[in-house]
Amino acid sequence: MTMRTPLNKVRHHGSAKSGTDHFWQQRLTAIANVPLTLFLIWFFLSLSGASHGEVVSSIKQPFVAFGLIATIISYVWHMRLGIQVVIEDYAHGNAKIIFVIGNIMFCALIALVSIFAILKISFGA
Amino acid sequence: MSTTPQNKIKRPLSPHLQIYKPMLTMTMSIVHRITGVILFLATLLLAWWLIAAAAGPAYFDFVEGILTSLLGRFVLFGATWALIHHTLGGLKHFLWDTGRGFDLKTVELMAKGSIIASIALTFLVWAIAYGVR
Repeated sequence: MTMRTPLNKVRHHGSAKSGTDHFWQQRLTAIANVPLTLFLIWFFLSLSGASHGEVVSSIKQPFVAFGLIATIISYVWHMRLGIQVVIEDYAHGNAKIIFVIGNIMFCALIALVSIFAILKISFGA
Repeated sequence: MSTTPQNKIKRPLSPHLQIYKPMLTMTMSIVHRITGVILFLATLLLAWWLIAAAAGPAYFDFVEGILTSLLGRFVLFGATWALIHHTLGGLKHFLWDTGRGFDLKTVELMAKGSIIASIALTFLVWAIAYGVR
């Protein structure tokens, strides 16, 4: 039985390359999310009780479409990082790998589907 | 790199909550994580609503019918609170990132403040939503 700790095993093997990139991207998207959240709340408040026609004509405005796409990208990027940390805390071994991949796939799917829907409306649905 | 079963010692992992006395700051940390997970799931509703808007009036009205039902409103109200609470929690982290606000008095004050402010702002947003319609 070895008494070596995981830290001891990786020491002197060079950097793990990614460094503080996860943290940096997490905070960068968090900063972007503050004004984008205010935009999203304004967007939904402006459409409270709105009909389909009103929703579509709102999303057709470039400013709104831009705001929504920016919100989706920043939110999805942020949650991909955040949920990965949650997974890494609770899932281990093969389950961890499967959940981490699933998380990335889910986030990508949400982004693609949402952006496609916004563009479809923008370019005339 | 390989970890053989022998050297895989069962050490306690980071979320070792059982041994701590529950505290407000700890609860707020957990709530920040839970609201994050709620928002992760809530993006499904956002994507669904956008698809519905792109699909046309008939499907949009069907989705709106579900989202504005009593259960739908309850879920959206919860998601609104999660969004506001998680945002306020994020602002708190920005302050901590600068190395400020770590003394117990400030930490406790911000914890209580973000609970009260998140609930108050959620009601405010919904009051405006009902007011403008």
